[in-house]
Amino acid sequence: MDNVISLDGILGLGELKAPDTAPPASAASGCSSSSCGSSDGPADMAPEVWEKVKNHPCYSEEAHHYFARMHVAVAPACNIQCNYCNRKYDCSNESRPGVVSEKLTPDQAIRKILAVAKEIPQLSVIGIAGPGDSLAAGGRNTFATFEQLQKKAPDLKLCLSTNGLALPDHVERIAQYNIDHVTITINMVDPEVGQHIYPWIFHGHRRWTGLDAAKILHERQMLGLEMLTARGILVKVNSVMIPGINDEHLLEVNRQVKARGAFLHNIMPLISDPAHGTQFGLTGQRGPTAQELKVVQDACEGGAKLMRHCRQCRADAVGLLGEDRGAEFTIDRIEAMGEVDYDDEARRSYREHVEAERAGRAVSKAAAKAEVQDSVGAQAAPILIAVATKGGERINEHFGHAREFQIYEVGPQGATFVGHRRVDQYCEGGSGDEDALDGVLAAINDCTAVLVAKIGGCPSKSLQAAGIEPVDRFAFEYIEESALAYFKDYAGRLSRGAVSVRAGQDAVIRTGALTALRA
Amino acid sequence: MAYKIKASDCTACGACEAECPNIAISFKKGTYVIDPVKCTECQGHFDAPQCAAVCPADCCVPA
Ligand code: SF4
Ligand code: SF4
Ligand code: SF4
Repeated sequence: MDNVISLDGILGLGELKAPDTAPPASAASGCSSSSCGSSDGPADMAPEVWEKVKNHPCYSEEAHHYFARMHVAVAPACNIQCNYCNRKYDCSNESRPGVVSEKLTPDQAIRKILAVAKEIPQLSVIGIAGPGDSLAAGGRNTFATFEQLQKKAPDLKLCLSTNGLALPDHVERIAQYNIDHVTITINMVDPEVGQHIYPWIFHGHRRWTGLDAAKILHERQMLGLEMLTARGILVKVNSVMIPGINDEHLLEVNRQVKARGAFLHNIMPLISDPAHGTQFGLTGQRGPTAQELKVVQDACEGGAKLMRHCRQCRADAVGLLGEDRGAEFTIDRIEAMGEVDYDDEARRSYREHVEAERAGRAVSKAAAKAEVQDSVGAQAAPILIAVATKGGERINEHFGHAREFQIYEVGPQGATFVGHRRVDQYCEGGSGDEDALDGVLAAINDCTAVLVAKIGGCPSKSLQAAGIEPVDRFAFEYIEESALAYFKDYAGRLSRGAVSVRAGQDAVIRTGALTALRA
Repeated sequence: MAYKIKASDCTACGACEAECPNIAISFKKGTYVIDPVKCTECQGHFDAPQCAAVCPADCCVPA
């Protein structure tokens, strides 16, 4: 029963919430995981594919509201060098994707997974994403972990991330351990572009550089991708968008990976800061702005499905997308727990609950959309709105507590999730911090409104002054339906001349904020 | 005729351990070390010392 209560608290699901329990303070916040997924529901997917992705927070946009993932950092070695990576960098104040504080042995990883699975019934996926490459060094630790896990917690789905260099050598084993999702990071399909991203690779017992290195990597990535999709293993492709190097090229990447059967394409912004000590950080290579990212993502729409909910998780991220509870499960704490027994009862009942809730949602979303289409018509231009949420597809986060805002594009065609924006928490212990508020304003500068569960008077005024309407009347209701109801009201006011269209300003993707700070 | 690891630069990633044909590399006290008796600089096996070629921190050097 403890489990079920903590689950309510994490999610803030209205109907799940036990009336007499206050939600715990550790709320979900800015996700840092590869929480990217398809926005498709069961209606537009083959049944066998939907079965594979429906509870996967990274593959299904819908599932990321309900399910949690966990990365175990058992793979420290790498066989290539990327200009956006510096594996030496590890700081307790700031964490970046691909960098971890605690490397685990496969045995430690299993204990940690079982402990977390007991604590967080939403857990559905275990991934290995580094901190190096999961298939470098023969993939030894990766497969040792998966082998044990398959025996001890067969209900958890397994996935791994790789740069693809060693992938063709391991496809057999990947299939053997029932790993049905693989993420390959593919930043180019043209070695001319690749040579500016990869200084060297280690392949065939030697180090390769320049064009040769990029050519080998490209060929291995394509081969690995084809081998996986031929076996029916779902493949997501991650691309890091590096302005001036591969930004326009990503359209071609999208076309080619789609042609080879990739299920999803996730275009992520480069995280680049001189303090990280990466090659790109040192040369001053900048990351894209929110608009630049959206333009490339929109241009790829119609190619491989785009995933927009990716938070670039740490290699040891734990919890729902948007939160990182990794700090609760350190090696010391795991060791101190002694033997953890395995019991999947809480997870099973949680999944049943989600199934039931989902069935009702499809109907109400369709109704809200039809209403907007009837009353607004096609003439109104879509707008962007920001939403403060901690999961469960509801508007259930306080403005000041949000560590990220989810951005929806709302118009006569419906409400679609287009991404998330990390921010520093505005409200630390009650008092608003003006710098943080400026950061929030910059992060949602392109939005017409922000939907929240609650908001204080001061931030409310600042938002209004900046032309962003704070809206708390949909507190704890479902996001899509509320967004559409807001749009209907907004379009009405617009046609009466009561409001004017907000001039779009580019929003800032904050590199520091992109990577969840450990609470 | 042996390689060594500059411990100050080693990130303890373990990439070198997996590549050494002579199992000369092992993890000791928080870092990786090369047993000079076992190390052959990869001669007879490969064209280049494998540990140096794979090390992302460039810290495997002639002893
Ligand atoms: S593949 Fe991953 S770990 Fe290896 S260099 Fe690139 S980003 Fe770093
Ligand atoms: S040079 Fe070759 S034999 Fe010597 S430690 Fe490195 S990999 Fe092993
Ligand atoms: S490859 Fe280099 S950094 Fe990695 S463990 Fe070996 S010596 Fe250390």
